[in-house]
Amino acid sequence: MSKATNPVESYLRMDRMPSIWCPGCGIGIVVNCFARALQQMGVDHDELAVVSGIGCTGRIAGYVDIDSFHTTHGRPIPFATGLKVARPDLKVIVMSGEGDLVSIGGNHLIHAARRNSDVKVICVNNFTYAMTGGQAGPTAPRHSIATTAPYGSFDKPFNLPFLADSTGAVYVARWTTYHVRQLTRSMAEAMSKPGFCFIEVISPCPTIFSRRNRLGDGLDAMRYYKNSSKVVNGANTRMVGLDLNGPIIVGKFIDRDRPTLLEAMDEEIGSKLGKRYVPYATTGVQR
Amino acid sequence: MSADPKGVLTGVHFLDGDHACCEGALAAGCRVVFGYPITPSTEVVERIARRIPTVGGVFVQMEDEIASSIAIQGAAWGGQKVMTVSSGPGISLMMEHIGYAAMTETPCVFINVQRAGPSTGLPTLAAQGDMMQARWGSHGDYEIIAISPNSPQECFELTVHAFNLAERFRVPVMFMMDESVGHMTERVVIPNPEQLKIENRQPPTGPKEEFLAYRPKKNMVPEMAPVGAGYKIHVTGLTHDERGYPVMTPEVQHGLVVRLVDKIRKQRDQICINEEEQIEDAEVVIVAYGITSRVVLRTLQMARDKGLKVGVFRPVVVWPFPEERLRQLAKQVKAFVVPELNLGQVVLEVERIAAGDAKTILVPHAGGGLHDPLQILQVVEEVLR
Ligand SMILES: Cc1ncc(C[n+]2csc(CCOP(=O)(O)OP(=O)(O)O)c2C)c(N)n1
Ligand code: SF4
Repeated sequence: MSKATNPVESYLRMDRMPSIWCPGCGIGIVVNCFARALQQMGVDHDELAVVSGIGCTGRIAGYVDIDSFHTTHGRPIPFATGLKVARPDLKVIVMSGEGDLVSIGGNHLIHAARRNSDVKVICVNNFTYAMTGGQAGPTAPRHSIATTAPYGSFDKPFNLPFLADSTGAVYVARWTTYHVRQLTRSMAEAMSKPGFCFIEVISPCPTIFSRRNRLGDGLDAMRYYKNSSKVVNGANTRMVGLDLNGPIIVGKFIDRDRPTLLEAMDEEIGSKLGKRYVPYATTGVQR
Repeated sequence: MSADPKGVLTGVHFLDGDHACCEGALAAGCRVVFGYPITPSTEVVERIARRIPTVGGVFVQMEDEIASSIAIQGAAWGGQKVMTVSSGPGISLMMEHIGYAAMTETPCVFINVQRAGPSTGLPTLAAQGDMMQARWGSHGDYEIIAISPNSPQECFELTVHAFNLAERFRVPVMFMMDESVGHMTERVVIPNPEQLKIENRQPPTGPKEEFLAYRPKKNMVPEMAPVGAGYKIHVTGLTHDERGYPVMTPEVQHGLVVRLVDKIRKQRDQICINEEEQIEDAEVVIVAYGITSRVVLRTLQMARDKGLKVGVFRPVVVWPFPEERLRQLAKQVKAFVVPELNLGQVVLEVERIAAGDAKTILVPHAGGGLHDPLQILQVVEEVLR
């Protein structure tokens, strides 16, 4: 571990700073919380890998000083599933935007949750396709303005915790970038828990989403998160949908146990094949 | 290196091409497969699903081909030899990730049991209509390797070879079967593990601190660091420098893309495999690959029976294309006759290379069946008249 002035710097590729993120953007806060979570857990750099898709948030993979993969738009979850299958000893963390994970990658999200693929998904929800200039996305609130919804978004947004919960995630939480302590704790919990974990982070995009919807700057977003959010741990995820500038229910909503993809595979095939089954984990994971 | 004996089903078998391909993959050391069923390739993943748990591997049926084609790449970076399997519409869905594999230099094998298209086409019938898609179906400039087997025995042997080439050159290798080869049952001899030559990717050799994930070695291929070993690699589909970091300049783009293309084009002599029949005195050479290369053996026999000076040239590896040898032949022969189960794909390369030195005549077939050897003979006779 290299000596760094700020302890989280040891988890960052300082040779790539400054990042591409705008002043007041929430993505940097998410990365900071992630690095803090790793530090608190005492996780070594070699015990994990980070996988991102495409988008402003998708650039996270490029800034963490960890084995990291910047994949294609919407596909970090299946990439992560493949990596985890090959290297069950690693913690595999997906960090990407809601457009990436829920729109183009939505099918992968629900199937990874269903099979309880042992990956941790941190979904940064800024309610827009920021990298491409502010088009509407799968969580764009009704009536919000986007370049592709110039008169206001008229289709119903996804409620992400409900989606993850109902498709089988074993851990579901939502925080905003105002809730750094809680978010950090949630990340640590998710990384310590086997199975498909999903954390939604409500995050400001002052450059595009906030500006276009006249929501002020990064500081205004923090003020809004502080004043309008309410912690309801264990909330019924069906009830936590969001409206433009409306109240935000945050908290840890789901924490349950269920066999992971590989555990279920070992159990099922092992019970049928008996001694003929050669579990992957026993073959000595290739280094 | 010889093969891991666990994966090698040594013995004499009667297998169809799909099943033989599965055995080739296991023999090569492939231990992680993701796939999604589609005719006529389904038998490959069905056999994998049955066999792989007995050799210490994992198969997961994914939600679609997009997921399969990227999940294998996660596993490849996790240190495994990987493949996915599909046909027609499924291969079309994988295209973005074939480009990702080419750009990130991820070793992986794509089995394509070709069926007739476009679109859903003829799901249960053979074609060779995906040859150009295999080469350049993803956007941007890149090169891959494509192998075209013509028998179940070759489906075994050349699948092993496909993995070796993927590992050596760190490219996606397209294994271009077709429905008839996939479903044809023949004797397949699987040797002892020691008799199989197995190649593995080159791991880093120098000190860890100096390692650059995308610095090419003498063979233009970078060493591949495993995950979780302290190399802190960054892999991206963006244009990247030798550290693997994104750099958005025409200079870095040029350096990277030219290398990705040249590592295949300029090392063709290590990759190309051809077969030649009765070529010495030939005035007409039939150029055929895959199942068509077997059909034309009958044409050849009929032609020779008639005293016609005909030969057969078969690229076993179709991409990269064997330019040097064909250029030589173009100076020797009157014409190339090119039967394909498509309306003219590989023939374009033959024509380009012949460059007017020899006539090039396509014998097209839209797929759904095989050529009649007699029809090809008639074209040959026409040329010689
Ligand atoms: C297949 C494909 N389609 C479209 C794009 C263009 N694209 C890049 S990023 C993006 C949206 C990203 O939105 P989100 O995941 O919410 O991330 P953000 O930029 O908001 O962090 C789109 C549509 C692409 N790169 N690939
Ligand atoms: S455009 Fe928005 S999401 Fe992207 S970096 Fe800027 S503030 Fe962040």
